[in-house]
Amino acid sequence: MKIHQLSVFLENKPGQLVGPCRKLAEAGISITTLSLADTEQFGILRLIVKDWEKAKQVLKDAGFVVNVTEMVAIEVPDRPGGLAEVLDIAEQGGINIEYMYAFTDKLGDKGVLVFRFDDPDKAIHVLGAANFNIIERVDLFNRLGIIS
Amino acid sequence: MNPFDDSHAQAVIDNAILSDQETLPRTDLEALQLHRLREVVARIQNVPFYRDAFRQSGVTPDQIKSLDDIRRLPFTTKANLREHYPLGFLAVPRDQVVRYHGSTGTTGRPTFVAYTRNDLNVWTELCSRFLVAGGLRPEHTAQVSFGYGMFTGAFGLHQGLENVGAAVVPASAGNTPRQLLLMQDLQVQVLICTPSYACNLAEVANAGDIDMDRFPLRFAHLGGEPWTEDMRRHIERDLRIFAFNNYGLSEIIGPGVSGECAYRVGMHFQEDHFLIECLDSNSLEPVPEGEPGELVITCLSKEAMPLLRYRTRDIATVTSAPCPCGRTTHRMSRVIGRSDDMLIIKGVNVFPSQVEEALLRVEGTAPHYLIEVDRPHIMDEVIVHVEIRPEDFSSEMRQMQRLRDRIDREIQSVTGIRMEVKLVEPQTLERFGGKAKRVIDRRREKGLI
Repeated sequence: MKIHQLSVFLENKPGQLVGPCRKLAEAGISITTLSLADTEQFGILRLIVKDWEKAKQVLKDAGFVVNVTEMVAIEVPDRPGGLAEVLDIAEQGGINIEYMYAFTDKLGDKGVLVFRFDDPDKAIHVLGAANFNIIERVDLFNRLGIIS
Repeated sequence: MNPFDDSHAQAVIDNAILSDQETLPRTDLEALQLHRLREVVARIQNVPFYRDAFRQSGVTPDQIKSLDDIRRLPFTTKANLREHYPLGFLAVPRDQVVRYHGSTGTTGRPTFVAYTRNDLNVWTELCSRFLVAGGLRPEHTAQVSFGYGMFTGAFGLHQGLENVGAAVVPASAGNTPRQLLLMQDLQVQVLICTPSYACNLAEVANAGDIDMDRFPLRFAHLGGEPWTEDMRRHIERDLRIFAFNNYGLSEIIGPGVSGECAYRVGMHFQEDHFLIECLDSNSLEPVPEGEPGELVITCLSKEAMPLLRYRTRDIATVTSAPCPCGRTTHRMSRVIGRSDDMLIIKGVNVFPSQVEEALLRVEGTAPHYLIEVDRPHIMDEVIVHVEIRPEDFSSEMRQMQRLRDRIDREIQSVTGIRMEVKLVEPQTLERFGGKAKRVIDRRREKGLI
């Protein structure tokens, strides 16, 4: 049920983002989606790729600090209030969202958001019970048309 | 932080005192010191360096009337020893020398030290004293994991152990699996080595299939390099032992200058053989009691190569407060730093080792770091660059900021000043020949200090 996200520590200075992206490119790994969190001093690059184990090794070998976080991908209707419905259910279920971001590609009339919950298993249970579609890893990459 | 405020400040073992000399009333001790000081000043007049120094200052040995007169005597530095290489400081004919030791010369030409028969006897006695203070008993088996050689550590402790009546396993340094095997097969209770080697042993012991519940080790006497309370806690927890600190330097005698007692509230100086001063490295005036200063040591009993007012470059605090163990001697804190490494930031003395201590408190083991000091305008500014490690990294910004804030707070609590903490990518800080560079002082580059 869960999606693996890679996080990479970056210093906040010009050109720092190029390094990990180039390493992944050289290894033929395509980035499905990403987000960047930053402070004045440092940033955290969060990546979702299909072959996360290989990507992790590539980045580690290149000297980056990388860790893996379990994320939950959820289909959200692409209309006003779509996201608010997910957030309402999460709030009622007492689940906290650490951060979230979206996939660039849509699946039909639905968007796909990827969430970092404080308790991913509980989130899957609560949102599943509220009939949200939690997307399986394989399914996600298939539907996005990504084949390795 | 008060270095004498040790959370282990309790008798963990029976308090034992080997020699009456350790509990002499202060007046008797000081009378003995003065007597010996006058003798040694007379003896070293055949050393050209000292003869010239006395001639230049106009001070004569018979002018030494009180211990305070020590301040009229010349200093001796490591550079002086090098200038008179190899044996210019020898105060006895060579046929009276029974042993040479020396520094390895990592920072320049090596220096040699010499011992007469009597010097070796005194050295043995002094090592025996701190070993007994820290739990050694004749029935123990002790393993010496210092490298035997020109370095004083192994031989001094070896002599002390045998003198007390313990059985010695002279394992020397290296081959950690074999060291652990020896300890188990010979039921070794006491470990003698450097703190960093004890860490290494602890790591290998815990990584292997050793049943730590049945591991025989009970005590360690560690020395030969500066270490921290946090390292002690790690070593004690991982090896399930009590670890004692001792201090010494080859120029003075080797190990045996000072060592901890059962209460572990500082290291007792062996004041019947050494006269201790704690001075400001710049003014060379005494610092107030309890303030960090450079230890300056005068050998009172040494025959072969006695040194007057040797500038150790080691910074520590000294206390005269009574110790519950009953010894009357003054005590020193851990070595806080080397006077060469000391930074003066916003008027406060700061040592890189203090920043390391703060990092240890936050992260368990210290990551690579670099202290950058600058004075962009009027005020000093400090940035501590800390290499982030995989185990400390989180994808959550909140965690990362919390980590940075904790480092920030600990640095302020240890050093008393505010430094900017900057987390950097691994392997980005410079390393020189395996050794990390710890400080960049832009003020020096700009000619501001």
